[in-house]
Amino acid sequence: MLTIKDLSVKFPSRFGDVTAIEDVDLKIRPGEIHGLVGESGAGKSTVGAAVIGLISTPGYIAKGEITLGDTDLRALTPEQAHAVRGDRISMIFQDPQTSLNPLMTVEDQLIETIQTHSAVSYAEAQNRAVDLLEEIGIKNAAERIKSYPHQFSGGMRQRVVIALALCTDPELIIADEPTTALDVAVQQQVLDLLRDLADRRNIAFLLITHDIGVIAQIADRVTVMRNGKTLESGETAQVLGHPQHPYTVALMDAVPPLDHKIPRFRLPVEDDIAVQSKTKGADAKAWLLAGEQTAPTGLSVNNLTMRFRGTRTSLWQKPDSFTALDDVSFTVRPGTIMGLVGESGSGKSTLARVLTGLLHPSAGEMTLGDANLPPAKQRSRHHPSRRLMQMVFQDPYSSLNARHKIGAILAEPLWLYGLVNDAKQRRALAMAMLDLVGMPADSIDKYPHQFSGGQRQRIAVARAILARPKFLICDEPTSALDVSIQAQVLNLLKDLQATFGLTILFITHNMSVARQMADDMIVLRNGKIEETGPSEALFSKPAAPYTRTLLKLTPKMPPEWRTA
Amino acid sequence: MAYFILKRLIQSVFVMLAVAFLAFSLFRFVGDPITQMTGVETSVADQERLREELGLNDPFITQFVRFTGDMLQGDFGFSYRTRQPVAEMIADRIPATLELGIVALLISLIVGVPAGVYTALRPRGVVSQTILMTTLIGVSVPTFVIGIMLIFLFGVQLGWLPTFGRGGTVQIGGWESSFFTVDGWRALILPAITLGVYQLTLTMRLVRAEMMEVMRSDYIRFATARGVPMRRLYFKHALANTMIPVITIIGLQFGGVIAFSIVTESVFQWPGMGLLFLESIRFVDIPVMGVYLVVIAFFFVLVNLIVDMLYVAIDPRLRVKDAA
Amino acid sequence: MIALLKRNEAVWLFVHSPAAIIAAVVAIAIILGAAFAPWVALVDPYDLSSFSLFDGLLPPVWEDGANPKYLLGTDDQGRDMISSILYGARLSLFIGLAAMTIATVLGVSLGLAAGYYGGRFDAIVMRIADVQLALPAILTALLIDGIARGLLPADIQQELRVWVLTLAIALSLWVNFARTARASTLVQMNKDYVQAAIMMGQRPIRIMFVHIFPNILGPLLVIMTVDLASAILLEATLSFLGIGLPADSPSLGTLIRIGMQFLLSGEWWILWIPTLFLVALVVSINVLGDFLRDVFNPRLR
Repeated sequence: MLTIKDLSVKFPSRFGDVTAIEDVDLKIRPGEIHGLVGESGAGKSTVGAAVIGLISTPGYIAKGEITLGDTDLRALTPEQAHAVRGDRISMIFQDPQTSLNPLMTVEDQLIETIQTHSAVSYAEAQNRAVDLLEEIGIKNAAERIKSYPHQFSGGMRQRVVIALALCTDPELIIADEPTTALDVAVQQQVLDLLRDLADRRNIAFLLITHDIGVIAQIADRVTVMRNGKTLESGETAQVLGHPQHPYTVALMDAVPPLDHKIPRFRLPVEDDIAVQSKTKGADAKAWLLAGEQTAPTGLSVNNLTMRFRGTRTSLWQKPDSFTALDDVSFTVRPGTIMGLVGESGSGKSTLARVLTGLLHPSAGEMTLGDANLPPAKQRSRHHPSRRLMQMVFQDPYSSLNARHKIGAILAEPLWLYGLVNDAKQRRALAMAMLDLVGMPADSIDKYPHQFSGGQRQRIAVARAILARPKFLICDEPTSALDVSIQAQVLNLLKDLQATFGLTILFITHNMSVARQMADDMIVLRNGKIEETGPSEALFSKPAAPYTRTLLKLTPKMPPEWRTA
Repeated sequence: MAYFILKRLIQSVFVMLAVAFLAFSLFRFVGDPITQMTGVETSVADQERLREELGLNDPFITQFVRFTGDMLQGDFGFSYRTRQPVAEMIADRIPATLELGIVALLISLIVGVPAGVYTALRPRGVVSQTILMTTLIGVSVPTFVIGIMLIFLFGVQLGWLPTFGRGGTVQIGGWESSFFTVDGWRALILPAITLGVYQLTLTMRLVRAEMMEVMRSDYIRFATARGVPMRRLYFKHALANTMIPVITIIGLQFGGVIAFSIVTESVFQWPGMGLLFLESIRFVDIPVMGVYLVVIAFFFVLVNLIVDMLYVAIDPRLRVKDAA
Repeated sequence: MIALLKRNEAVWLFVHSPAAIIAAVVAIAIILGAAFAPWVALVDPYDLSSFSLFDGLLPPVWEDGANPKYLLGTDDQGRDMISSILYGARLSLFIGLAAMTIATVLGVSLGLAAGYYGGRFDAIVMRIADVQLALPAILTALLIDGIARGLLPADIQQELRVWVLTLAIALSLWVNFARTARASTLVQMNKDYVQAAIMMGQRPIRIMFVHIFPNILGPLLVIMTVDLASAILLEATLSFLGIGLPADSPSLGTLIRIGMQFLLSGEWWILWIPTLFLVALVVSINVLGDFLRDVFNPRLR
């Protein structure tokens, strides 16, 4: 029904035209969910934008055909193309928070769209809108429809978005990362809804995503893209289960499995960022190992509670207080990795901020090694824990100062903690450290924006390690990275942990990643610990119902697809 | 919502108190009020008696409280220069300045908003680029130069419009208005344009920037993907979202309009508060200066409170309670 | 060279923006002329002995009855217009730059600290800014000027005139800087590199000025340019109102005020030539500000 042939899209720039996608071929049948998978920069979203005719300026279609049924979409005038939008093709965006006009009720937005595309009365459109919301799973639709978008929760809002895409009965819906901004439970509901719509209404979906688990779960067919080109296409089980192209093979190897723990990721054939040097940072390793020869340091937390005062909204009511951490106690054994999983709002990041002294807890005690770890307000700038405990952040685009050179960023812990007092020596050590984390030594005079996300994360890890820490907190260190890069960074962290006897608190929302990293596990929900214990035991025999639900909802691949 | 307005109200009261304090400090510390009020021939004893009568020997706080209390009752003291009550002097001048300011603001909105929308929707067009360049010159030419140029062109060379004063005015219950005579309107045109041009360019550039931001948002892209008609997309979806930040700034601008009317009034000899203020500065007539300050701040605070209420009316996120 | 030009986006944009190039040339020409006025100018307009009444009211060279010595003519006192304008621009630019610098230092420090510390300090700074906003720039400047008149003895007044004016303009502009610096700082505070620095135990002063400051420089540069233009306009306006600088040390605004007397007589150049200079200067600064805004906010292009 939708046929794309030899499609190329270019973006003019001051260095000449940049090709975003090249010779893309794609076919989608009615009722089919077609997964378009690839890592960032693959050009997936450009394909979707080209189909619906909304390529961002100044990009243009250089060549190729796009036909929907009998209609040649490229031959349409702008007015005709606009009439097709919504009527025959519709789209779902990634972030339900920003996809809806905040100033119009859901009802207004639905009725407006329905009346645009079919000549029905207001009352008729209203009825259709209510029915649609019911169908999509919004209870009490006749009443809820009068609400504004901000009055819906994230998952409900994405349902409203889907209803809007659906209300004109299109033949094809382009879903661009429709579940990426959602928690796993909500993701599951939305995926089920898409599957159901494809089956019942015979709507075709172009499902654009970076998440192979999502594709594995609901896509009938899949196309793999890389650097603007389609590499492989076919039945999902065929392409992902028996990948032919080396890139697809590598990609599948990098996906962390949920059902067992692998010692190390098999790195993709072409490790395009890690530099293989002869010395492998021997100097840095020697210097780090020459530090104080103490045993690994553990951490324990007793009855930690963190309450936030809400913002005041009324004169008479007291502002609601929100408990982000509720009586949390746990121990991280020296020299091990503690995995901490939970959905958004479970208190994971709050815990990291309390431990590092960025937030002052309402109650509770913390111990690092043998010493009491004072809470934020009592922790002086010179407290030993400032050095002993370091952190790797989620977003490597934000954790490195964009205006500082890599050399200055890496030298900071060295002079701040008085570890190396000679500037020349600091520079030499920083270069050796770059080598150790697989970065070229000449990175030292560059700025962060000259590196990719994975490279920046390596630099961020290097900065943390240069403080000679005993305890490392990793807050979602790979969730902003592509899956192949994630595998590399996870390998790096495992290596460093083993070499330097680090103790790590590894925070993640991804159960599969947690299983690959953790020795022990904590499952956090609404600020409370649901379950804790040795990792393998917890994954194979989860005790808490919540852990079981999480494991059940996490998209996974059939074990027989795995080659490793 | 009620809390939001109340919070703004409290902030406004704070601003007014701070300005009143400023005005009071002016009165109290810039020059000695007694020497200003009395002549050279008044004896020292008489001066002391007057000082005591006026309460100038009381503690500072007491004096400030009394000063504020008097102001609240409409007693603004007497001018050093004319010996008239300041309240009367200012009240006589308020209509002229307000009418000028309102017409200027209307000009800036009626021209500025559509021009901003147009240049945002067609950012690369020749017309847009021309408008943008013109407005850049618009913000760079001082108000008084615009005034002089208009006087020179329409007053001196062409002789079409009067170049000073308010022309014919009509008294309506103590409010002297130039809205009801042809002569009054003719006199109003040049000063209002002079005052409006600068605000117009600001409004236009602001609307343009905000509109371009909104046009890039996800909900506009989603509405486009649903095939919502372009006209509706621009004016119902985009413009409404654009107006939220725009009205805030326009509220802030209103203060600027009233203040810049000082210059316009001076160029056109427009008998408003600004001209009075200029005279009072020249003669160091502190009570008039102080009261002018308080009146300007009051208008500013009042307009911004109205803006806050508009805000609540436009934005449902402030109006309706969030659901979980 | 070409490769370098291509790599640096700001340079590339500049080379491809005729408006920005023209503006830069005009601004630099005026600034250089003003800076070297004592060496470039034909006469010293402050020195009564260097010009003569006999040369009064001569028109520019292209009009009848001109003296080729005075390219743009002379005023009623016989001063060379070019010399007056260069000296006037010198004073205008000095006051503008000085006011902008004071406003920048004051506003950025307060804004940075307010954004960094938050809480009560932030609230106090922002409430003061509210009060300042309720008193628009020109009013604040007039007021400070008025206070100085009331407080300072007459003889010192004349000497301190330039500084009072500078201070008055600076105090009316600092809020812009404070608000922008605060808003940008708040954005940076949410970034992990700042959180990392706090967590590591770095000194607040270092975090503010070494870490955050370079990252908020972009929007500040835009405001600095735009406010330099505002400061020059404000000075001209105050001088025009007769409240700024006295006639014996005329700035561009004072020259225009003096020229107003000739609006209705035939000597148009005494009014319009200084006006043209002032407008050209401010327009070119504003064009450059606009250009910077485009560089730092590509989305407005």
